[in-house]
Amino acid sequence: MSPNFLLLQAFTGFALGAIYVLLAVGLALVFGLLTVINFAHGAMFAVGAYIGIFVFGLTGNFWISLVIVPLAVGGIGLVVERVLVRPLYGRGIDYPLLLTFGLSYVLLDLIRILWGKQGLPFDAPDALSGAVDIGIGYFPLYRLFLIALTAALLVGLWLFIDKTSYGLVIRAGARDPEIVRVLGIDIARVWLMVFGIGTGLAGLAGMLAAPLQGVFPEMGTPALMVAFVITVIGGMGSLVGAVVAGLLVGLAESFTAIFAPQFSQLSMYVIMVLVLLLRPQGLFGRAGLLG
Amino acid sequence: MMLTVTGLNAWYGRSHVLQGVDLTVGRGEIVSLIGRNGAGKTTTLRAIMGLIARRSGRVEFEGVDILPLPVHRRHRLGIGFVPEDRRIVAGLSVRENLRLGMLAGVDRGAAAAFMASLSGMFPRLVERLDQPADTLSGGEQQMLAIARALASAPKLMMLDEPSEGIMPVLVDEMFQLFGRMRRDGTTILLIEQNVERALGISDRAYIIDQGRIVHQGDAPALLADTAIQERYCTV
Ligand SMILES: Nc1ncnc2c1ncn2[C@@H]1O[C@H](COP(=O)(O)OP(=O)(O)OP(=O)(O)O)[C@@H](O)[C@H]1O
Ligand SMILES: [Mg+2]
Repeated sequence: MSPNFLLLQAFTGFALGAIYVLLAVGLALVFGLLTVINFAHGAMFAVGAYIGIFVFGLTGNFWISLVIVPLAVGGIGLVVERVLVRPLYGRGIDYPLLLTFGLSYVLLDLIRILWGKQGLPFDAPDALSGAVDIGIGYFPLYRLFLIALTAALLVGLWLFIDKTSYGLVIRAGARDPEIVRVLGIDIARVWLMVFGIGTGLAGLAGMLAAPLQGVFPEMGTPALMVAFVITVIGGMGSLVGAVVAGLLVGLAESFTAIFAPQFSQLSMYVIMVLVLLLRPQGLFGRAGLLG
Repeated sequence: MMLTVTGLNAWYGRSHVLQGVDLTVGRGEIVSLIGRNGAGKTTTLRAIMGLIARRSGRVEFEGVDILPLPVHRRHRLGIGFVPEDRRIVAGLSVRENLRLGMLAGVDRGAAAAFMASLSGMFPRLVERLDQPADTLSGGEQQMLAIARALASAPKLMMLDEPSEGIMPVLVDEMFQLFGRMRRDGTTILLIEQNVERALGISDRAYIIDQGRIVHQGDAPALLADTAIQERYCTV
C-alpha cells in the first residue's frame, strides 16, 4: 500500500468528515446555547436533501439549491423553535428532547407522503463531477468541494462567533444566559437565531451528502446517530470538539473501510467508548463553545 | 419617586419568601436594604429585575409598571443590576465583559466615552483589559461587574452585597465610587452586610426581616439606633 494511497484515503475521510462536521456543529451549537438536545436534527438533514431535490427539480441548478436549502431548513428551524420549543424552556431538558423526538417522526412521515418511500438519486452537478489530480493522485472533485466548502463555512462561523457582537452574546449566553438578559439583551432572539443556524447547517449537510449516498426518507436516522456520537466524542456543546471529532470519525470510517470493511460503521462507536473511558467529558468538554 | 414597590410577593416553589414588600427610591437617592441572612434582600432585587418566576404585586419604574416586562426591557428602561455572585463571564476577557454591558442601548459615542472614562473610575481594570476575566481577583471581578453594569449609564443601579469578601482598601475605593456615581446622577439601591458603612453613605434605609419590611427611616437616625440594628441586623 503506497503512501499516496493512504493519503488519498485520508482525503476521502476528510470529505466524509466534512459532512459530519456540518451536522455535528449544528447540533453542538444548539446544545451549547439552548441546552436543547435536538432529536429532530437528523430529520432536518433529510428535509434538506429533499428540499434540495425539489429546488433542483424546479430550477435545474445545483448552486441555487445549495443557497436555498440552508435558508429553507433554517426557516423551518425558526418556526419550530418559536412555536414548539420555546414554550418548553425552563422545564427541564427532557421536554424539548421528547418534543423534537416526536417531531422527527412527523417530518419523516411528511417526507414519505410528499416524496414516497422509495429512495431518489441526486447527482453532483456536472461542474463538480469527475476527478482532479491533487498531486498524490486523482481525487473526486465533488469531495474536494465538500472539504473546501466546509472549511470556508467553519472559518465564517468562527469569525462570526469570535469577532462580532452577536458572537459575543452567543459565547456569553452559552455560559450564563441570565447575566446576558440582565445586561439588556433579548436572549430569546439569540436562541431563535442559533436554532435556525443549527438546523440550517443540518439541512445543508443533508443536501451535500445526497450525491454521495442518495436520498431516502430514513436517511436522517443514521445521520442523527453519527451527530450524537461526534458531539459525545468532542464534548457536548463544544464547537471545536465537534469539528475535531467529526473529522476523526470520518477518517476512522474511511480507513476501516479498506482494512476491515465490515467494521467501518462500528469504528465511531469504538472511538466513543475509548473517549468515554479515558475522558468522560469528551475531548473538548466543558471548555466552552470555542474552547 | 423613581422606583415604587408595592405589595411585592415572591415564591420559590411553595415557600412564600417575600410577603408584601413596600419600598420607594427617589431620584438621586442612595437607599440601603439591610437585614440578616435569608431575610429576602436578594430576592427583592431579583424580583425588581424580573428574575423571579413566581411573583405578584406592583413594581413601578418612572411611572411604568414593569412587573410584566421581560428582564432585558427593564434594563432598557434604565435599571442596572449587579448580582450577588458578580456573574463575570468566564472565557471572555475583561474587555469583552465590558462590551457585553454596552450592547444594549449604548451608541458608539457613549461606548467610546465610557471606555475613556474607565481609567479614572476603574484604574485596575484598564491595566487588565485583555486578561481573561476569571483570572481577576475577587475584588477586581466585583469592580468589573460594577463597571459592566455602569457601562449603559443606568438611571437606577441595584447592587447586591458588592463589598462581600473584598479587601478593605478596595471597599474604600468602591464606596468612593458610589459617591461619585451619585454625583453623576445615578440613583442607587444597595444591599450591604456592612450596616455602618451602608448607612454612612445612604440617605435612607429599609430593614427587611422574614420577607417583610419591618423598619424604615433616614440613614443617620438608623445609624444611631443600635437597638434596631441589634434586633434585625446581627447574624
Ligand atoms: N433559589 C431558591 N430556592 C429556594 N429558596 C430560596 C432560593 N433562594 C433563596 N431562597 C430562600 O429565600 C429566602 C430569602 O433568600 P434571599 O437570598 O433573598 O436572602 P438574603 O436576604 O439575600 O440573604 P443573604 O444575606 O444570605 O444573601 C431564604 O430563606 C432562602 O433560603
Ligand atoms: Mg443575598
